Amino acid sequence: MLEVEDLRVEFTTDEGVVRAVDGVSFSLAEGEVLAIVGESGSGKSATVMSVLGLTRAAGARVQGSARLFGRELVTASEHELRGIRGAEIAMVFQDPMSALNPVQRVGDQIAEQIRAHERGLSRAQVDRRVVELMERVAIPRARDRVRDYPHEFSGGMRQRVMIAMALSCSPRILIADEPTTALDVTIQAQILEQLARLGEETRMGILLVTHDLGVVADIADRVAVMYAGQIVEDGTLDELFYDPQHPYTWGLLGSIPRVDRERPERLPAIPGAPPSLARTPHGCRFRPRCPHRFERCEAPPPLELRLDDSPGHRDRCWLEPGDKRRLRLVGGQVGLAAGGTVIA
Amino acid sequence: MSALLEVEHLVLHFPVRGGILFDRKLGEVHAVDDVSFTLREGETLGIVGESGCGKTTLARCIVRLLRPTAGQIRFRGQDITTAGRRALRPVRSQLQMVFQDPQASLNPRKRAGQIIGGALRLRGIRGPAVTERTRELLRRVGLDPEHANRFPHEFSGGQRQRIGVARALAMDPSLIVLDEPVSALDVSIQAQVINLLDDLQDAFGLSYIFVAHDLSVVRHVSDRIAVMYLGKVMELSPAEELYVKPVHPYTAALLASIPVPGPRENRARPRAVVAGEPPDPIAPPSGCRFHPRCPRATAVCQKVEPPLVEHAPGHLAACHHPLNLTLDDDRAVDGAYSRAR
Repeated sequence: MLEVEDLRVEFTTDEGVVRAVDGVSFSLAEGEVLAIVGESGSGKSATVMSVLGLTRAAGARVQGSARLFGRELVTASEHELRGIRGAEIAMVFQDPMSALNPVQRVGDQIAEQIRAHERGLSRAQVDRRVVELMERVAIPRARDRVRDYPHEFSGGMRQRVMIAMALSCSPRILIADEPTTALDVTIQAQILEQLARLGEETRMGILLVTHDLGVVADIADRVAVMYAGQIVEDGTLDELFYDPQHPYTWGLLGSIPRVDRERPERLPAIPGAPPSLARTPHGCRFRPRCPHRFERCEAPPPLELRLDDSPGHRDRCWLEPGDKRRLRLVGGQVGLAAGGTVIA
Repeated sequence: MSALLEVEHLVLHFPVRGGILFDRKLGEVHAVDDVSFTLREGETLGIVGESGCGKTTLARCIVRLLRPTAGQIRFRGQDITTAGRRALRPVRSQLQMVFQDPQASLNPRKRAGQIIGGALRLRGIRGPAVTERTRELLRRVGLDPEHANRFPHEFSGGQRQRIGVARALAMDPSLIVLDEPVSALDVSIQAQVINLLDDLQDAFGLSYIFVAHDLSVVRHVSDRIAVMYLGKVMELSPAEELYVKPVHPYTAALLASIPVPGPRENRARPRAVVAGEPPDPIAPPSGCRFHPRCPRATAVCQKVEPPLVEHAPGHLAACHHPLNLTLDDDRAVDGAYSRAR
């Protein structure tokens, strides 16, 4: 459905040219959940926003290609994009309070969304659709609550409203940018279940942007890990979690405190901080923080297939697969080792 | 070990005001409702709960940024519940706080060195000793002492939180209350800060109260953990036991709600999704406050509020239908219940 190829997004700022997205490629199929994982500043949000043409501004430059059913989005006119946004690709943001109009009734906001893409519906028809949509995302007493304002909804219910709005035109693709980050864990579990169920029912593709590998493990089919504007590893859910190839992925997996395992003496952290996207290190971008770096890392490793036994699992690391499988274990679990291991 | 901090039957109600012409009191938010615990010297107590459970209010009461409505807080035996500004002064340096958002809790117009130096001057340190101590503290929290001249915005989020920690350390405290200190940070940076807090605790013999919104982060730092819901402590347990044998269904629900970063492990875990949302804290439910969302609730839960009783050594929970107890334990608990009633 969606094919993104060599997407590049640059912003001109006071600090120089920031390469927020630097050659990102991925595809999304019908009914599939693709998670884009990364920390702040990794370019994960800029990637999906650019697909929708939301990063177009003075000082911004978007290059490469993003095709939706063969139609090019990067060079599409604002008019064409408006027809696609909301109708074919819908989006759910992290903070529903700032995405909703605080002085308009919730029901009216959903109705507006329906009318924007579907002309000629009677008022009664629209009203019925609004209640249906709210019931579909499990908002209790939907019939009474259409007349409420956003502030009368809890955070979890507001996010359900956002999802209802996104579903209003039966989109083929849903982009969910950190949809549960602002919510409590019990509510997060409800929303994730909801998203997974809706994805199955409607066969829409979901592009999930998140920093939380727990959320990814819960609902994704495939994963792309981003670091400093690039994808450093991508593969299926099982490949990424049980045979991770990139040291940054090891670091991410290792630094998450887990409730289902015994606690280690120390959390294996990733040393240092991500680089500024205005001055990315030459060679492998993770090299300055990587304990396993060696001479070859001075040259940038391409994102490619490096494993014979799992086609489709790509990564950006020069280490030999055999060495990786050994080096990634810290105290029996996957993590980034402390200090340096030099390999000749 | 002796008790450093004792909190007894602590209550804090916020009045809810409204009215168009006249200010009227409409009700009360029961932010903290009858909370008791003891913190030992050198210990870390984790306080966990969802938004609105009162964990931050409780933290702010302890460092006396808020004045409790009722109950008692004793620090090293001294009653500080209602102590005024002057009476609090000698205790304040002992009791420090680190906030969630380092961006908001550091003065943007002051350099890192001035922020830490200001705390040192409050303690009466003067002259070149201030610069020297500041540099040492920066080094201690893993920052470059040469960066003392930088402003907060020149640091990353994780580094700013380190400055917040250094400022707290400058007062030479015995207890630091950490209110969601790593929630705003990326996971890889979270681990760095957690490890730092661990090291500092050993080096300075600190006690911590660590407030968090989920159970995964607190596990690494806590000796004991208290789980709060709508102003009440639902369960208080030695840290590791809470993860293996949660007694309160709410704790079990919190644990089950956290997705773990392993697809197979995730599928194998019980993922009972709790229905509903936390109720209105102005009018909390009758009986057990968790009963409207609890899968084990029965008639008694609607009527009788369960007392916080000991189910295993040092493991307390407030529930009529506790989990993970053997038959013998059940009988012991029944006994404890009848005594408590």
